Order: sequence, then C-alpha cells, then structure tokens
Amino acid sequence: MSQSAEKVLDHFKLFREPEYKEMFAKKKAEFEYPVPNEALQHTIEWTKSEDYRDKNFAREALTVNPAKACQPLGAVFAANGFEGTLPFVHGSQGCVAYYRSHFSRHFKEPTSCVSSSMTEDAAVFGGLNNMIDGLANAYSLYKPKMIAVSTTCMAEVIGDDINAYIKTSKEKGSIPAEFDAPFAHTPAFVGSHITGYDNALHGVLTHFWDGKAGTAPKLERKPNESINFIGGFDGYVVGNNREIRRMFKEFDIDFTMLCDPSDAWDTPTDGEFRMYDGGTSLEDAANAVHAKATIAMQTISTEKTVKMIEEHGQEVVRLHHPVGVAGTDKLLMELSRITGKDIPESLTKERGRLVDAIADSSAHIHGKKFALYGDPDLMLGLTAFLLELGAEPVTVLSTNGDEKWAAKVQELFDASPFGKDCKVYPKKDLWHMRSLLFTDPVDFLIGNTFGKYLDRDTKTPLIRIGFPIFDRHHKHRYPVWGYQGGMNVLVTILDKIFDVMDADTNGIATTDYSFDIIR
Amino acid sequence: MSYTVDLGVKGAELIEEVLKAYPEKSAKRRAKHLNVHEEGKSDCDVKSNIKSLPGVMTIRGCAYAGSKGVVWGPIKDMIHISHGPVGCGQYSWASRRNYYIGTTGIDSFGTMQFTSDFQEKDIVFGGDKKLEKIMDEIQELFPLNKGISVQSECPIGLIGDDIEAVSKKKSKEYDGKTIVPVRCEGFRGVSQSLGHHIANDAIRDFVFDKTDPNKNEFTGTPYDVAIIGDYNIGGDAWSSRILLEEMGLRVIAQWSGDGSIAELENSPKAKLNILHCYRSMNYISRHMEEKYGIPWVEYNFFGPSKIEESLRKIASFFDDSIKEKTEAVIAKYRALTDAVIAKYKPRLQGKRVMLFVGGLRPRHVIGAYEDLGMEVVGTGYEFGHNDDYQRTTHYVKDGTLIYDDVTGYEFEKFVEAVQPDLVGSGIKEKYVFQKMGVPFRQMHSWDYSGPYHGYDGFAIFARDMDMAINSPVWALTKTPWKKVA
Repeated sequence: MSQSAEKVLDHFKLFREPEYKEMFAKKKAEFEYPVPNEALQHTIEWTKSEDYRDKNFAREALTVNPAKACQPLGAVFAANGFEGTLPFVHGSQGCVAYYRSHFSRHFKEPTSCVSSSMTEDAAVFGGLNNMIDGLANAYSLYKPKMIAVSTTCMAEVIGDDINAYIKTSKEKGSIPAEFDAPFAHTPAFVGSHITGYDNALHGVLTHFWDGKAGTAPKLERKPNESINFIGGFDGYVVGNNREIRRMFKEFDIDFTMLCDPSDAWDTPTDGEFRMYDGGTSLEDAANAVHAKATIAMQTISTEKTVKMIEEHGQEVVRLHHPVGVAGTDKLLMELSRITGKDIPESLTKERGRLVDAIADSSAHIHGKKFALYGDPDLMLGLTAFLLELGAEPVTVLSTNGDEKWAAKVQELFDASPFGKDCKVYPKKDLWHMRSLLFTDPVDFLIGNTFGKYLDRDTKTPLIRIGFPIFDRHHKHRYPVWGYQGGMNVLVTILDKIFDVMDADTNGIATTDYSFDIIR
Repeated sequence: MSYTVDLGVKGAELIEEVLKAYPEKSAKRRAKHLNVHEEGKSDCDVKSNIKSLPGVMTIRGCAYAGSKGVVWGPIKDMIHISHGPVGCGQYSWASRRNYYIGTTGIDSFGTMQFTSDFQEKDIVFGGDKKLEKIMDEIQELFPLNKGISVQSECPIGLIGDDIEAVSKKKSKEYDGKTIVPVRCEGFRGVSQSLGHHIANDAIRDFVFDKTDPNKNEFTGTPYDVAIIGDYNIGGDAWSSRILLEEMGLRVIAQWSGDGSIAELENSPKAKLNILHCYRSMNYISRHMEEKYGIPWVEYNFFGPSKIEESLRKIASFFDDSIKEKTEAVIAKYRALTDAVIAKYKPRLQGKRVMLFVGGLRPRHVIGAYEDLGMEVVGTGYEFGHNDDYQRTTHYVKDGTLIYDDVTGYEFEKFVEAVQPDLVGSGIKEKYVFQKMGVPFRQMHSWDYSGPYHGYDGFAIFARDMDMAINSPVWALTKTPWKKVA
C-alpha cells in the first residue's frame, strides 16, 4: 500500500506505484486480449510514414479530431456580449449543457444559457409549445433585458419557424410584445461556431436596425462620427476587448463595441453571482446603425454581418485578426484615416516598444519552423506575425477555413521570403496535422488545448494560442490584439522556446555546457 | 432516528418562496420535484425522470451524452463515431476523464473525436453512404480497432437514416466485426438516462447476441466478477479493482472505464456482477441475471464505512476463503483510513454540504462526507428515477432538502438561503457558487483530481474537500471597505 494520510497520492503518482503497475499488466494480459506488441509497434511506425500521410489525406468522409465546433456555440457567444441578454437555444437541451460546459472550461466562468428542451413529441409536432413555455419561464426567472434566440440542428431539421414562434409567444403573453427577442437560424450542419456567431450578431443588428421583425419602423441612418468595433468569436475576448477599448480611448474616438462579453466572462468573486454583467447596451446596438464605419476584426467570422452593415451605408474595414506590428499598424492607420484623427503618441510609443522587443529576441525565433492550426482569421493574423518575426509558418491548417481562406494565407506566404516553403491546408483536421508533423517536422506547434495530443505523439512542443484553452488558466485575460497583445504573443512563443532550450541542455556533464544563464 | 439536519431555514417555506418566481403553471410542475425529506418515508416524495421545463436552465444533458459520453465512450479499443454534426463530439471530447491505458490512435481511441461532421447535403440526401465510407476509412487508417459504434446525434433519427442496415452490411463485409448502431439521438427521452438504457440495450443486442460465446479463449474460476458501472474517472475503477483483487476475486471485466470489447464479451461468464452506478447500468445487470443467471449486487466504494459494508456484502456471495481475505483487506486499510480521518475530520467536522449530481453520487458520496464528520443537507439527481430516490432514503437524514432536476434559479436560491460550507456539483455550477463565496468541488470530474473510489481514493477525497473548504481564498471574498448590506 502506497497511500498515506501524510502524503496523499492522487492519480498523478498513485498509479505509478508497483501494486497498480502490476495490476495493469495483469488486466491487459489476461482480460483485454491485446493486439500483439509487434503489430502495435509496426502500426505506430506506419502512422508516421508518407504512405500513411497519403492515405490519411485521401479521406473523404471521416473527420478525426477537428478544430471547430458547431454554430449555436458561436450564437451563445454573441448573445452573451449584449447587456442583460439571455441566450435561448431552441431545440434539444443537451446541446445547451455542452455549450455552457465548453465555455466554462475555457473561461473558468459561469455561462448562462437556456434551452427550449425539445423532446420526441416536439420532433413530431414542432417546438412551438416549447418556445411559448420556454420564453415565459426564462423571462420570469432570469429577468433578462433581451432574449437572443438561436437553434440547434434538431429544430433546423424539422424546420421550426422561430420568427413565427416568437410572434406567437408574444401573443400568448410569454414575453411582452415590445420585448427584444432577436433570433437567428444556426444549423450545426452548416459552417462552424464562427458562422453561428455571424448569424446571431446579424440577427441582433437586423432586429434593432430593420424594424424588430416588423413590429417597429426601420431605423433611418443618420451618419455620425462614431466607429463600430466587432471582434468576432474570440477566445481572448476578455483581454482583447479591454485592450481595444483602451486604444480607442487613447485615440479619443467615439466608438461602440458591438458584442462585448468581456465583463460577462470576467465577473469578480465578491460574494455575489452576476448572471449578467456589462455588454453592449441595447440602445448602443440600435444606434450603431448611424456609425461612420465598422471595424471587423475577424471578417471571416462576421461575413454576413459586415455585408449587412455595408448595405446600410457604412464603410467596413475588413481585417483578419491582426497580430503584431504591421497588423496593428493597419488597424490604427485605418482608424486614423476614417476619423481624421492622428494616431496618438502614446500608441506610437507602444509600437516602438513592440519593435524593440522583437529586435531583442528575434535571434531566437528567426528561421524557426512552426505548424499552426485554428480558426481562419486567427491563422491569418498569426501567420503574418510569424513571418514578421522571421519565423517560417511551414504548415498552416484550419478545419473551418475554406479555399478562399487558403488563398489569403498563400498571399501572405508569397509576400515574404520566409513564406517560401510554407503550405496551407484548408478543411483539414488534427489527424491530418499529425501526419504532417511526422513527415514535415517543425520546431513548434501553435494551437488550442487539443494540440497537446499532437505534442505527445510527435514530440512537437505546443504553444497554446487559440480556442479552447482548457488546460492552462487565465490566458483569455491577456490580449493578443494591439501592440501590447503582440507583446503577449511574442512572450508566449519565447517562453516555450526558452523552456525547450533549457530542457534540451540540462544533461549533467553531457549537454549542460549550453545550459546558459543568459539567453 | 430522530436526527434532523440543520438546514438553517424552514425547508418548506424556502421551497414555497423559490417557486414564486415561476409562472403559475410552471410553479405547479416544479413543486412536485422539490421536497424536504421526512424520516421513515419510502422515497423522497418527488417526481423524477420527467421532462424538464423549457427555458429554466436545467443542468441535464441528452441521450447522446448518456450513450457516447458515459457508457460507450470509455470502451477503449473501439472507435465511437459521433454521427451527425460536429458539435456533440467536440464538446464531449475527452472531457469526462475516463482514464485508460493504451496507445491512443493506434490500439486505443478513448481521447479522440471521430465524427461524420454532417453538412447540409447529408441532411438533405441522408448520411448512410457517408457512414459506409467512414467505416472503410476507419478500417484503413485505424486497422487495430476492435469494433465500431455509431452514436446517433439528433438529425439521424429525424432524416430517416438506416444506420442499422449500414452497420449490418459493414459488419458482414469485415468478417463479422462488431459494429454497433446506437439510437441515442439527443431528443430521445428527458435526459442522459435514456441514453444509458439505449446503450445498455445495444451492448445486449450487438455484443452479447452477435458474438460467438467462444470467441475468446477463457478459463473461468469460481471467483470471477465484473465491475459494472464504473467509468474510471480519474482512475476510480482501478482503485476499486485493486481491493477486489486483494480479497481474492478475479475481475474479468470493467464496464466501461478502461474497458475493452473482449471484457464486455466475456462478462456473461462472471459469477457475480458488482454494480456501482445503478442508474446507468442496472439494465444490463438485470439482463445478465435473466439470461445468464448471474446475480448482481450494488456496492458503494465512497468512504470507509460504505466500503467496509460493501466489501462484506460482495464477499457474502463467496466462500469462507474470500470472506477471510476480505476481513484482512478491511484490517489492512484501517490504519490508513484512521489516519486520514484523524487528519481531516477536525478540519471538516460539522461542515454542511449541498450536492447536485448525476448517476449514483447524490446518495453514494454521503457516507464519505459523514466519515469526515460532515453533513449533507441537500441533494438531488440530474436524471434519477424513482428507484434512485427510494435508495436515497437509506442515506439522507430527516429534513434534507431534495431537489430533482434542479434549475439554475432554484439551486442559486437554495444555496443562498442554506449557506452550506461546500457545494458539490458540475462545471456549469462551479463558478456560480464560487462567485458567491461558497467553496465548491466538481463531483462529476472530481475537479480534475481523483480517484475517489476505494481506500486510496478516500484519502484524496478527504484532502480535496479540506482544500476546497479551508482555502484561504474564502476569507478574501468580502471587500474590507464595503459595508455589509
């Protein structure tokens, strides 16, 4: 017996004790009828081969370890960015349990969201009654200022008309007639979580701007000097939105952040649970129609929304998750151009500091090879930053990025000498990535938490940037946008490089001559 | 026993107050799920296993979660396809901590996400052809897999796909390979619970009934048992198995944590099925009793009192040699449990706990808390049935607050009023209560700790409850310059 009250062993160490190791060996040999070791070893090696890679890339139907989620997740994200708003997902209830868990695991925060809990009878007769009762219950219990409705694939497959259902619910008194209940169809079998974000935000803005589903006059745009900012589906939203707000203030620009969950996903522990906190006010959401222009920080994540904004007469600046110097330069220069305001000296100085930091550290990154995967806009921003650092992003992969996205990544490669031997992989998953890491090895991998399996299998050190990050805490609090954000990304990459360097040089009397105290 | 728990408030009044927030119709329905337990009653007198109200923020999941997430997912040498759109598989990917030993991606697949990633065309034209191709691709790229299961997501049952026919055809094509279609679409039933049942039935139909009983060379002994309903969260089944082996039993199968298809296949050869999670696996236990004459016995490996009782109960099915060894096991671990209790009880004595969990835990963990001098003052089941609430009466004391399928609103209000020293529930609840300044432990994932089963697990359980309740952070939640309202 290894366990003791003095030194409690949990799963990390307990199962390495001899009594457990012996038990595992016996279980395997006597009861699991395991694959013969020779076949196991052979298969392990085969999965590393080019032959396996080719077969793996020939897949047409099977998806293994994808780096994307489904639409309603993004819709819940978007809803959570508005003042006092309760996300309401019409369909099966298990989905909502999953979204709430998923966000809570990433942000380490509660995520409030309700479901209309449709079951078999609703599959046959439609979910109207679920909507009627659901809105009434949610309104009574949680006292929201707005309920943002989206759909699960169940409701989409049976073709529920949620616009009509909301109207009927209002007629039946579930919610007051004038209560804001924007909606969006968010079928899980189209696009990914970023599509859902787009659809939901589109739904909210359309609601306020275009006459609240036929119940109010459409707003007439009276252009003012304000700027709208749309961040898109962003795992760093807590840090990023605060940083962006600070930058706008430095600039002294009148702005509206459209969809801002940075307070909702960062409430204090002070004895009170805040179901709602912060967010874009409903008034601001409506008034955003009058803005001079909209900055779309992740255009692929908001394609439909920005098109609709343009149709309302605003200029839209289409960005792709800018990270680093040139990316942030572009953001600031566009803001300056649109507003006619000079870029403030304070931000200019921050730019110089980021360049300074890059100059200090560039020797450690220059020429290093990276593989990276994630949402399409994030990949564009990170690829540009890596090229800016003199690194080689040799493998850039996205599950929810398409051929059009790939062409944009290729443009970045083509514009830099460091992009010469780099390749982009649209609509691929992390099992494809596994093959690539074996056949085309790199120095570092950049991706979300699930990249740790690739790190384990291929021994490619993982730098955690993306969504979700479940196994490291508080990363979402640090911005990756702006010069300060660029600094954070730079340091995140450098920390891993130095950790790997130290781990590789700490062999006593073998390699520790390079175990330098100054790097 | 006339002991009544200290709720700190009048339970019936609290329930009445909380119900006022609902529309009248909903208040009536929710009232049936809430109660204050009265000593001597045969169940907790609450309705259960019925539909959640729409819009109330139920904590429940779905049938898919019950089948893929709970029952099938942990079978490590099979590939479980999340059949339908990408989300369900993504959100349940590796998050349940069903530990296993194996080479992932080669001979084991537990922490992988296989999905058919349905697109619009699959909804319109059906996904059967795609499913066939997926199975072919699995066979080529993962040749050491020992079986495939098809875990249906909502659209499958709505678009009329025939996954049974595809599975049958492909099984034939691959020499009788175990391919299991599971009709666990998320809209079926009212919670995870029906998913467990459907998954149990699928094992019966496609593993037991379709496999040659002599497929695996097997020599039985009189001491062969199967662990049923332990998902090896954080290694729970391992810290249980070690005790069973020490008492002289031979564990021929684990259902389903760290389990393999061969273990499922051999289970009908067990002499006794020992059942931990009654809720999720009583179905297959009853089936094995009826069809193969295997008795089953429920046990509880949380906390020394219940472990001791359970070990003796299990031993009672065997001869004296087992009974003697069982006494030796109990004696062997007594020093450990005494030391754990001596260390932690003084720090935890009298602390009040509220639980809301799934499966067996709303009742099973009560004994472990009591071993540490703590008191469970409120509990409820996410997806329990009436037979769970009947079993709960043996655990809870008079005056305990009972809440079935609690809603976010109710749980918050109950905790606010009762002010327990600890809440044990899930990830969705964790941060709500911590914000309120109430210590919390996740009692599904063991908050990334564990195991909690067995004697080894009890030491970890005690340590974790102590570190949750006695963390210095809870002294910091009140801002010193803010007046208490």
